Amino acid sequence: MSERPDLPLDLLRGLALPRMSRRRFLQAGGLTVAGATLAACSLPGTPRSNLGLQGAREEIAKYWAAQTQHGQLNFANWPLYMDVDADDESKHPSLDEFTKKTGIKVKYDEVINDTDEFYNKIAPVLRQKQSLEWDLMVLTNGMSLNDLMIRDYLVPLDQARMSNFYANASTLAANPSYDRGNVYTMAWQSGITGIAYDIKRVGHEITSWEDLQDPKLRGKIGMFGDNEDLPGCALAAIGVNPEQSTPEDWKKAADWLIKQKPLVRKYYAQDYVDPLLRGDIWATMGWSGDVLANQGDNPNLRFVVPKEGAILWTDNMCIPAAARNPLDAMIYMDYVYNPDVAATLADYIWYITPVPAVQGIFVQEAKDADNEDDKAYYQDLSTNPLMFPKEADFAKLHRYRVLSEEERPVWNALFQPIYSG
Amino acid sequence: MSTSLAAGALEKVIDDTPVPSRRRRGARKPWGLRIWGWLVILWLLTPIIVMALFSFNDNTTTNGRSRVTPNLNGFTVRWYGKLFDNPSLTESIRNSLIIAVATTAICVVLGTLMGVALGRWKFRGSGSVNLLLFANIAAPEVVLGSALLTLFLSLHIPLGFLTLILAHVMLCVAYVVVTVRARMSGLDPALEEASRDLGAGPTTTFFKVTLPSIMPAVFSGGLLAFAMSIDDYIVTSFNSGSTTTFPLWVWGAKERNAGSLPPQVYVMGTVIFAVGVLVAVIGAVNARRKA
Amino acid sequence: MSRLRGKLAPYLMVLPAWLWLAIFFVVPTVTMLSVSTMTGNDLDGFKQTFHFSTYADAWNDYHTQIVRSLIYGLVATVLCVLIGYPVAYWIAFYGGRHKSTLLFLLLLPFFVSFVIRTLAWETLLQDEGVVIKAMKHLHIDGAFFGFMHFIGAVPEHAHQITQTHLAVVGGLVYNFLPFTILPIYVSLERVSPSLLESSADLYGNKVTSFTKVVLPLSMPGVFAGVLLTFVPVAADYVTAQILGGPGTTMVGTIIDQRFNSQEYPIASALSFILMALLLIGVFSYAKALGTEEAMEMAAA
Repeated sequence: MSERPDLPLDLLRGLALPRMSRRRFLQAGGLTVAGATLAACSLPGTPRSNLGLQGAREEIAKYWAAQTQHGQLNFANWPLYMDVDADDESKHPSLDEFTKKTGIKVKYDEVINDTDEFYNKIAPVLRQKQSLEWDLMVLTNGMSLNDLMIRDYLVPLDQARMSNFYANASTLAANPSYDRGNVYTMAWQSGITGIAYDIKRVGHEITSWEDLQDPKLRGKIGMFGDNEDLPGCALAAIGVNPEQSTPEDWKKAADWLIKQKPLVRKYYAQDYVDPLLRGDIWATMGWSGDVLANQGDNPNLRFVVPKEGAILWTDNMCIPAAARNPLDAMIYMDYVYNPDVAATLADYIWYITPVPAVQGIFVQEAKDADNEDDKAYYQDLSTNPLMFPKEADFAKLHRYRVLSEEERPVWNALFQPIYSG
Repeated sequence: MSTSLAAGALEKVIDDTPVPSRRRRGARKPWGLRIWGWLVILWLLTPIIVMALFSFNDNTTTNGRSRVTPNLNGFTVRWYGKLFDNPSLTESIRNSLIIAVATTAICVVLGTLMGVALGRWKFRGSGSVNLLLFANIAAPEVVLGSALLTLFLSLHIPLGFLTLILAHVMLCVAYVVVTVRARMSGLDPALEEASRDLGAGPTTTFFKVTLPSIMPAVFSGGLLAFAMSIDDYIVTSFNSGSTTTFPLWVWGAKERNAGSLPPQVYVMGTVIFAVGVLVAVIGAVNARRKA
Repeated sequence: MSRLRGKLAPYLMVLPAWLWLAIFFVVPTVTMLSVSTMTGNDLDGFKQTFHFSTYADAWNDYHTQIVRSLIYGLVATVLCVLIGYPVAYWIAFYGGRHKSTLLFLLLLPFFVSFVIRTLAWETLLQDEGVVIKAMKHLHIDGAFFGFMHFIGAVPEHAHQITQTHLAVVGGLVYNFLPFTILPIYVSLERVSPSLLESSADLYGNKVTSFTKVVLPLSMPGVFAGVLLTFVPVAADYVTAQILGGPGTTMVGTIIDQRFNSQEYPIASALSFILMALLLIGVFSYAKALGTEEAMEMAAA
């Protein structure tokens, strides 16, 4: 049972460290020559300030030094984010591989459907300084993840055990704007929130957010009913980068959404794919991976990054405070940055992998394939812009806005009535 | 609360004695009423038929995950075989059952005691107790659930199994009380008086005379509590923390499956339905035999 | 000693359940009242500041949803009575030997979780689903949607059922119909057939027999049915979440959402407003009827 490290709110300031004051040392040493000689055998250390990051790093190192591998990992994740065995949906081959290689057994729970909803479930437990059922969880960057960080509800990662990560992570995953220095998180997968639509039903290609203001699509448009994707895309639609937006921009974005509201069929959560497939909606805000996954069922599905821009989000692995098996979690986190492991996962998940080397692996798989189907499949995967976006695409992708406590009521008051009303 | 009436009907079934047909002199056949009645019954049964149909639907999507499509693709009993393959589904059903059984047990004891007291005597404060019960039954679930949540949050009580049982008993006990009370007030006090006259103490009277007479009400009250607990969504969703019950699991399954229900849900629904029907039919047959 | 025990018996028997309800029903309601006047946020905590203007804010921001919930409740209840009364009448007077079987059939669907039932309806009512396809096939879809546009149940130009008032009210009526039928049935069943025969003997025709004899006698049942339907319908929000869309949000959803974003004061204020409005309605009905009978009916 790991002990909870004493990491109070002012972790990065005021960690008391033993200090040696010169004067005290000299006073003590001045009593006897022998004492002075003895005293002269040790040298004073450098005085340190209470406000040092180095002190914080030492605390973290102490915590990790005290951890041992327990052989059990409890992993909470989103659905459709782990490879499954073709015959038995409850088996995950890559996890079994991990167990074979490291001896760590994994209990895998697909309990996360919405980052904010999950945050609400775990925050009361973490506030009591109690352990969650899980040692590892995957959460989208945004307000809830930021809340976890500022409340010290996450365990800072062991930087010494991130060799795979630093060797193989993409520029997207390393040092992201929402977690500089990867103090708490390592990216799991990234994705794009753009427009998903059925080209046959809509009748033409969609290229812009303004296409979702088309009166001809009245009652056939879907949007997300949430506090981050919806305002983020609306800000992109009016040509503003959410991370740099001002309250005036928010008002304009809200007006854009209010203008659209009579045309919107429903403000969805994760459940927009089925209505899109069966024709209740023809065009909707959607996630890149979902479209890829369902094109097999409906070849008319398309995904587009609108010309004004779209949102890039990243789901991140992180360790909750008071986790029971943090070292096992750390081992898994670095393990998935192995290009082969990342390729196995990407082969199933079809979102944007944080390991760019995977693309090369897919190209190789296509070359080595012994039948036409596999060849075509891997070739498609390796060149798919939804899995391996090009530089030009990245220029159009923005991150979510992180709000301060004072900004939140203003933001909420503007956007909540749109999807709550 | 909706499934509670399924059980509520059982009291009628158990109580019912065969009634001679009420044909009035020169009455014509009530075709209009009959058609209307059967139409309504059919309308009520439509989703059940859909559920049963789709539980046999053969459908797998190309990426290996199962979905429910609006089209019937072919007949298969495959999903029935895979019923317990999903550990979180099995766990949610186990949780629902345990909570329902615990709730029913507590409600029956607490509710019978209060129901007998209220039905038998008029005492100071009985009016306000009746008012309390009425307010509890009349208050909407969203208020009951959210208010209880604020209590748990302010007292820092962790949400889970325990809080769910506390919440469910609060939700259901009034229905047991009211059922028992109604039955109790219709009982002839002479029976109990006779028992006293013959020298039996109050406890003996209660267990040997009163309880057997109100058994049908206790039984149907318990059934009501069980049905309400196992189907409850709103109060449960507020007070469950990370524990999952079956209705919660079904709701989450829709989200997890990108908007459509996995076949396991329809299969489990059909199985629960079949079991419920069986129990009710057995109960009715038993009652018929006793009458 | 036994006299004292006798005197205490009712109080002792009532005590356990009373305690349970006091702790887990009354106290939380009072706590909720207290939370509704607090201010703060999740990070810094909430403090009691007697901030009563939260109630004004709650009404200003969400009166649309509150009123909509009450209207849905009223419309659904009226529909339930209109649809359910004939069914109750049929079973009570013409059910004969099969009364219990018919009641049983009526309540059969409720052995299945209402979440599954409502989701099944969503599948049936989708744009390219069975119901709309059937209507198109029979060429009645034009007339159907024309009528729905006329009464405002479906927005103009929309040929969909899901995400409309029609779907939500329909779903509510579907889920709560037995709550109406059962109390009406119970009171109709107590009408002795000899009363009807006497009415016929006194030269009353079927219509007058109904309006002057049966209907008044069934009124307590109707009142009870209305009570047992209106309150849960107005407070329900799951049906609206599954079958409804942007214009059909009910106040329960708002309360749920505000709780989830840790905005406890306004969520509590909304809960309280809803409960107060509903209980006022309920108690006025009970007073009109006479409390004892109303609660007896509620027991049935």
